[in-house]
Parts: sequence; C-alpha cells; structure tokens
Amino acid sequence: MIAPSDEAGLVAAIEAAAAARTPLTIEGLGSKAGFARPVQTAETLSTRNLTGIPLHAPQELIVSARAGTTLAALEAKLAEAGQHLIAEPPHYAFLGAEAQTVGGIIATNLSGPRRIAWGAMRDHVMGIRAVTGRAEVIRSGGRVLKNVTGLDLCKLFTGSYGTLGVMSEVTLKVLPAPEATGTVLLAGLDAATAVKALSAALGSPFSVTGAAHLPQAAAAALGHARSITIARIEDFTDSVHYRIGRLAGIWSGFGAVEQLDTTASLALWRAVRDAAPLALRDGDAVWRVSVQPSAGPAILDMARGAGLDGYLDWGGGLVFLSGPGGETAHAAIAAATRRAGGEWWLLRAPDALRHRPDALPPEPEAMAAIRRRVAAAFDPAGILNPGRLHAA
Amino acid sequence: MIALPQPKTDVLDRRDAVHEGLRALLPARAVITDPSRLKPYETDGLSAYRQMPLAVVLPESTEQVAAVLRFCHQNGVRVVPRGAGTSLAGGALPLADAVVVGMMRMNRILDVNYADRYAVVQAGVTNLGITKAVEADGFFYAPDPSSQLACMIGGNIGMNSGGAHCLKYGVTANNVLGIKLVTIEGEILELGGAHLDTAGYDWMGIVIGSEGQLGIATEITVRLLRAPEGTRAMLAAFKSNEIAGRCVDAIIGSGIIPVALEFMDRPAIHACEAFAKAGYPLDAEAMLIIEVEGSVEEQDSLLGRIKEICGRFDPISLKVSQSAEESAAIWKGRKGAFGAIGRISPDYLCMDGTIPTSTLPEVLRRIGEMSEQYGLGVANIFHAGDGNLHPLIMFDANNPESMHKAEAFGADILKLCVEVGGCLTGEHGVGVEKRDLMSVQFTETELDQQRRVKTAFDAGWLLNTAKVFPLKPGTDTTPAPIPHAA
Ligand SMILES: Cc1cc2nc3c(=O)[nH]c(=O)nc-3n(C[C@H](O)[C@H](O)[C@@H](O)COP(=O)(O)OP(=O)(O)OC[C@H]3O[C@@H](n4cnc5c(N)ncnc54)[C@H](O)[C@@H]3O)c2cc1C
Ligand SMILES: Cc1cc2nc3c(=O)[nH]c(=O)nc-3n(C[C@H](O)[C@H](O)[C@H](O)COP(=O)(O)OP(=O)(O)OC[C@H]3O[C@@H](n4cnc5c(N)ncnc54)[C@H](O)[C@@H]3O)c2cc1C
Repeated sequence: MIAPSDEAGLVAAIEAAAAARTPLTIEGLGSKAGFARPVQTAETLSTRNLTGIPLHAPQELIVSARAGTTLAALEAKLAEAGQHLIAEPPHYAFLGAEAQTVGGIIATNLSGPRRIAWGAMRDHVMGIRAVTGRAEVIRSGGRVLKNVTGLDLCKLFTGSYGTLGVMSEVTLKVLPAPEATGTVLLAGLDAATAVKALSAALGSPFSVTGAAHLPQAAAAALGHARSITIARIEDFTDSVHYRIGRLAGIWSGFGAVEQLDTTASLALWRAVRDAAPLALRDGDAVWRVSVQPSAGPAILDMARGAGLDGYLDWGGGLVFLSGPGGETAHAAIAAATRRAGGEWWLLRAPDALRHRPDALPPEPEAMAAIRRRVAAAFDPAGILNPGRLHAA
Repeated sequence: MIALPQPKTDVLDRRDAVHEGLRALLPARAVITDPSRLKPYETDGLSAYRQMPLAVVLPESTEQVAAVLRFCHQNGVRVVPRGAGTSLAGGALPLADAVVVGMMRMNRILDVNYADRYAVVQAGVTNLGITKAVEADGFFYAPDPSSQLACMIGGNIGMNSGGAHCLKYGVTANNVLGIKLVTIEGEILELGGAHLDTAGYDWMGIVIGSEGQLGIATEITVRLLRAPEGTRAMLAAFKSNEIAGRCVDAIIGSGIIPVALEFMDRPAIHACEAFAKAGYPLDAEAMLIIEVEGSVEEQDSLLGRIKEICGRFDPISLKVSQSAEESAAIWKGRKGAFGAIGRISPDYLCMDGTIPTSTLPEVLRRIGEMSEQYGLGVANIFHAGDGNLHPLIMFDANNPESMHKAEAFGADILKLCVEVGGCLTGEHGVGVEKRDLMSVQFTETELDQQRRVKTAFDAGWLLNTAKVFPLKPGTDTTPAPIPHAA
C-alpha cells in the first residue's frame, strides 16, 4: 500500500501509476470496501496518513480537514466549539470498520437522518483539493459559504467513489450543534399510516429534523415491543419543548404520543443513523433505497414478501433493507425502485451479487456516454478504481 | 469592454437557411427573426453589453427544445439559453451567430405534491410564481433572489441563485431534487427526481450553476418547505463596520442561525433611507437587519438573546419589530436598495464577491480607498452570515471613461475578494462580466479541467459560447475543445 503523508506524495504515486498504466485502488481506511463493485488492482493508494485540520473558523461556519482525517477526530474538534457536521454521516457497523475518513464519507456521499431537513453531505462541501488521474492538483470551491465561480467540481467528487481523483483536503460548512433534542413517538402503526403521520410532521411549521418508521422487527432490535414511528426536533431547549408539544398535538389522532428527552433521543437517532435496527446475520445483504416518501411503504411490503426486513428513514423516502441476498431479491428491489422512480445502492453483498455488471441502477445510453467522457476527462488512463461503479 | 468572439461567418451566411430550419421545427409564433422583435433580447441585466442574435426561439415543450438543439448541433449553430434575462453577469447576452432559446413560454406548474413536499415546474415559471402557487397552503420555495418577481427557475438553475434567506435555507442547488435536461445533441436526460439522493455522479450538482454550458433545463422538481409560524426582524446600528462585523461573529458564535443577517454600510443606509423612508439611523456607520422565525414566544426569546448580544457592542440604536408591519418597514429600505441607488446615480454595477466574514472590516476599508482613487461612489450591501458582498458602484454609462473606470474598480474589488480567501462570485455567476477574471481565482490547470467537463457535454462548444471560460490568447473564439486523452 502507498500511503503518502502529503499531497505531493499523492501526485507522485498517481503520476507513476498513470505512466505505467497500473490501476490503483483508492481508499481512506477501506471502511466502505463492501460498497459497490470490488476493485482488483495490484496497488492500493490510501489517504490514511493525510491527516489534520488546518482550518476551523467557528464564526464562519467553516472547517477544512485533510482527507485521511478520521470522522471521529473531526467531530471531536467541532464539538470543542459546540458545532457538528450538518448531514450527520452514519457509521455503518455492519461494514466492519472501526473508523472512517472524511474523504471516504464525501466520496460516498453518505448522510444520516438530518438529510431530510438540512441536506446531504454534497450540500455542505464548500471546497476540495484533489489530485486527478492526470496527476494534476486542482481546487474547486473554496473556504466561503457562497460560491458559484465556475463549474462546481466539488459536487462531482461527492459520490464519485474515488474514480475521478483523490481528494487531499476538503472544506465543509458546519453548524452549531443544538442545545436540546426531543422526539415524539407513536407505537404500533403500519408503515402506510406511519408515513402519513411523518408527512404531517414534516409538513408542519416546526422544522422536524428526523422522521423514521421502524416496523416491529426493526423496533425489536432496539428493545421496543411494537413498531415505532418517530419525529425529531433539534433546537434551543425552550423551542424543543414547545415544538414537541405541538407535534404531539398534530399526532394525537394517530394514537398515544410518547415524548423522549435529549438523552433518549440522541441514542435512538444514532441507532437509526447507523442502520442498527437491521438485525443482520452472516451473509445477509444490505440495500439502501431512495424514493419519494409515500413510495417507501410499498417497497418495504414488497421486500417483506421476498423474505427481507427493513425500516424507513427520511419520512419514508429512505428504505433500508436486509436479508439473504439472492439474485431474485435483488431483481425485485431493483424493479420496485424503478417503478417508484427512485434509486438503490447495494451496501453489503455476498460476492455473487457484487460481481454484477453494474453496482448502480442502469443508466440510459446517452447518460452513460456522458459519464464515460466525464470520467475520462479526469482520468484518461482509467487508473483510479477501475470498474468500481460500472463495468464499462 | 470584454471581447466577444468573432461570429462564425459560415453561419451568418446561412442566416435564411437557419431561420427556415427553425420554422420547420416550431410553430410560427415560436420563431422570431424580425429585427424589431429581436431587440428586447439583445441584452440582459448587464445592460452595458448588447448584441442582436441570429434568431430567438420560444419553445413550448421539452420536445421542441430537443428539436431545436438537435438542429443547432447538426448545423454548427451556437445557442444561448435564456430565462427572464435578469442576469447581472451577462449570462444571457446573445451572440451575433447564435440562436437564443427563450424559456418563457414553458411557464406551467405541472405537479404539486404536499404529502411528499415537492413541485414539478417548467423552466419558465418565475421564482416567485412557485411560492405564489403554494403559499395559500402554507408552503414556499426557499431561495428568494431579490429579482424573484421576474427571474425564472431555469435561470436560477443556470446561476445557482441565492437570496437573503440562504443562510438558513441554502441556495438553488440545495433546493432542487430533479432536472429534465436537454443536451446539445437533443438527448433528454432525467437527473434526480422526487427522491432525495441519487446514485453515481451528482449530475444535478454539476448542472446547477453551469450557466447554460452543459444543456437546457426544461422541467425542474423543487423541494417545497412548510412556512414557519411567523418571522420578525430587528435592526441594529453601530459606530463602525468593524464593530458590526464583530457583532455578527458573536451572534453566530452563540449558536443562533438567524434566517437572514443583512449588513449595510453608511452610503447604503443613506441611499436606502432617502428612497424608502424606512427610519434607518443616519448617524450609523453600519447597520444589521436580523430576522428570526418561529412562534411569537420563540421570536421573543431569540430576539431577546440577539438584542443582548448586540448590546455588548455599544450600538447606536436597536429596534426590535413588534409586528409584521414594523418588520416590513425594517426590510423596506434593504429591499429597495437597487432602486435607491438607481435614484442617486444614472447607472450602477452590482458586484458579487464572497469573502471570509472575518475580513469584512479590511475589505470595506480597502473598497473605500479604491472609491476615492477611482472617484466613483460605492455602497455596500452584505449577506453577513455567509460572506456574500454586493458593492454597488455608481457611474455614468453615457460617459465611456466613467464606464471604463467602473469596470476596473469592480475588477479590483473582485481581485481583493480572492486575495483575502474568497471568490469572484457568490450568486450572480461569471457570465461575460467576470470571465476574464477567472484566472485570478483558478490556475490554468484548473480551468482546463473545468473546460474538459464542458467538452464532455458539448464537444463543439456551441452552448453559451464565450461565457464563463476566458478565451485563450491568440484565438478570437473559444479555445478548441480540450482533448480527453493524456
Ligand atoms: C478482510 C477485511 C474486509 C473488510 N471489509 C470491509 C467491508 O466490507 N466494509 C468495510 O466498511 N470495512 C471493511 N473492512 C474495514 C476497513 O478496511 C477499514 O477499517 C475502514 O475503516 C476505513 O474506511 P474509509 O472511511 O476511509 O472509506 P473507504 O472505504 O476507504 O473509501 C470509500 C470510497 O471512497 C473512496 N475514497 C476514499 N477516500 C477518498 C479520497 N480522499 N478521495 C477520493 N475518493 C476517496 C474510495 O475509493 C472508496 O470508493 C474490512 C477489513 C478487512 C481486513
Ligand atoms: C434587480 C436584480 C436583483 C437581483 N437579485 C439577485 C439575488 O438576490 N440573488 C441572486 O442570486 N441573483 C440576483 N439577481 C441576478 C439574476 O436575477 C439571477 O441570476 C437569476 O437567477 C437569473 O434568472 P433569469 O431567469 O433572469 O435568467 P437569465 O438571466 O435569462 O439567464 C441566466 C443564466 O442561466 C442560463 N439559463 C437560463 N435559462 C436556462 C435553462 N432553462 N437551462 C439552462 N440554462 C439556463 C442563461 O444562459 C444564463 O447563463 C438579481 C438581478 C437583478 C436584475
């Protein structure tokens, strides 16, 4: 493994690989190695030694971190100033990782429950430095919150899985962490009714920042006897108090509303964020599906028919599914997702599934042609994570 | 003045054939070739630049847009996408050999879904039109550029437009879920949809803010948000720019993110007060308008905290609005800022850099020095929470020297923004106006990488040619496409 401790080292490694046309596996700490298609290369280039936080300006809501900085280190630094990462990136324990890097989180564009209110990782990347497959250092964006100067390459890198270049440093927008967190909880609803309740909460003027439904099996993994439907408020203490009261009023027609305090809320939403409600057995596959919220319950029902379990986040619009991962189950999920106009990701899969020709939903040919040209624009020799996202 | 490329003579020579070709594709009412009817399209919000186009087409469907682009692609004809033409950067300025594709006839709202909180609208729907369509039901579309009465959602996509409330709600890119995009080859692509996350590269992310370089957006799925229970504003005036700047830091440092946090300097306060009679304190050097939202009790609580913080900075005056009418009065001057400057100066240039907020006092001091040096007045309006600075440079467009000075002054301000760690444009875009300054912010390697992405979408560089990217020295047109291979 090549693990340079500065950007010049990244340039040298990529330059050598480009000249020799030797493909590289790009990773931070490799925690999302189970994602997407497996990459088989002779050499791995890791950002694990590119660490440090060169800039944190709390009053400007800005932080810059080298790409190999662990998420934990960055979060700890922000917490010193009472701030947090807005998109609430998850730590998926089922991937087996102890830690993950900032670069890895951005390259996979993973966001947690707060995405429904405050946007995804992609929405908070204000600037990047990266080394492209041409071994050139480029910057996009900057260290300010509003910037429309030129094409926004930050967005392309977010979700690029290391196929365009290796980010050496990223600059993120951050926000003050809330003083308090509160949750309203309804027990025993079916998924369709739950999504109606969540829609009412999200359509209220109270700035709900989390909206999830855990069917019985998923709720049981967190110690609840029946399904739970939950909505979160994060704000100053008096506002949380007031808004939770108002939400309880909105939900009173759905059943008895329970209210959770900050401590209970933090634990519950961390579990939702990290896919902890999935009771995983060895060899189970894990999918993540993004659809419009009202389509979530049907996907969940369909999956249950195929022997899978799961739960809903993002008001119904994010479906986590897990279970024995055969081709049949996968085809059923892909078809149901397509019908609902959404998209799927295979987060963890038995090898049989991971070698499918595409790790992502199929694209129309016109899109694929542009995608190949864009990838070649950054990595003409095709040496960065070849085949990670698409066989061709 | 900024140079435009030589028109392609072979296209000018085929003018009649191009007109005929377009007429074969579109209803007669959708093709404009008569010079008197082309006239309204010769400029945009950067009105010092004017150019009559080859033709204007006003398609009424995505299929018509696709047909026009396919035709232009096959015939090597340049295309300028246009919304309402309010761009302050010359983004919609025509070229002599280009067909302007105006989106104003695609002005229908196709779907509103409150349960899933989105709307699907055609590109020619105005920004405010979306909010107007849903506000009776308590919803709104968040980005609110001051031009929202006129500007269109397609133009907002082009520029990734912002507004006074983006500190809390974000800019266009954060509020769009899906785009139907027509490529120059006439292919129709569906990017995103009504769901939140998309797999693979973030195509929507690269298209938003691409200033019509990558394709034409015809249908847009926007996020709808439920309006807060209420909003209220306060006004705080201070003895210096520096003190006001420190007060902004203290507010954000306390964990409060107001929905709006606007800063005006002394010349801006005076111009706006003379125009709007909003009751602004004329003895202040700097003034903040701060807006919060929530229930009346929540507003009281937040405004109380903010007032207490402002009190630590020796304010000249603090005025907390007690009603919707008082809030409107506080905003009235700020919202009329462009009109106010227009009244005291025959013309003005509205600049749009972003700076790290901590550098505000230094930046305003240096802008003041430049103002004396150039002999031109300037008033500064600043989205203080996010560092987006709008200096309004006053000049006389009928006087070529004044015009030239104003452009040079503006360029100096933008260079200063980059020097202190900021950028050339926070929300108005590059267009032609800042095109030649791009090399102040980017290296040639970085610009070439952006040009390669452009080439991947538009190999012939037909879409909005000569905007955004500096022309390469030694050529009179946009540089030859950058080859892909190493
Ligand atoms: C046998 C074995 C199997 C394992 N299997 C798994 C597994 O299946 N899943 C798992 O999570 N962990 C697995 N681990 C643990 C893992 O190796 C590490 O523990 C991990 O913690 C660190 O990951 P990361 O967050 O940096 O993201 P990574 O997984 O390194 O990266 C995620 C994606 O982002 C890209 N990327 C990362 N950094 C950048 C950058 N700076 N610029 C551009 N692109 C970038 C990568 O190319 C990749 O596509 C396994 C360990 C072993 C020994
Ligand atoms: C008084 C005034 C106040 C303003 N205030 C603000 C403000 O507060 N915030 C702000 O951000 N801006 C502001 N602006 C600038 C301007 O209004 C915005 O840039 C706006 O988004 C432009 O929209 P438009 O419909 O007028 O687009 P146009 O000016 O017609 O076009 C803008 C750009 O988008 C491209 N384009 C247009 N339609 C499409 C499409 N369908 N597909 C692809 N590309 C397209 C054009 O080619 C051009 O490059 C202001 C302008 C004025 C005159």
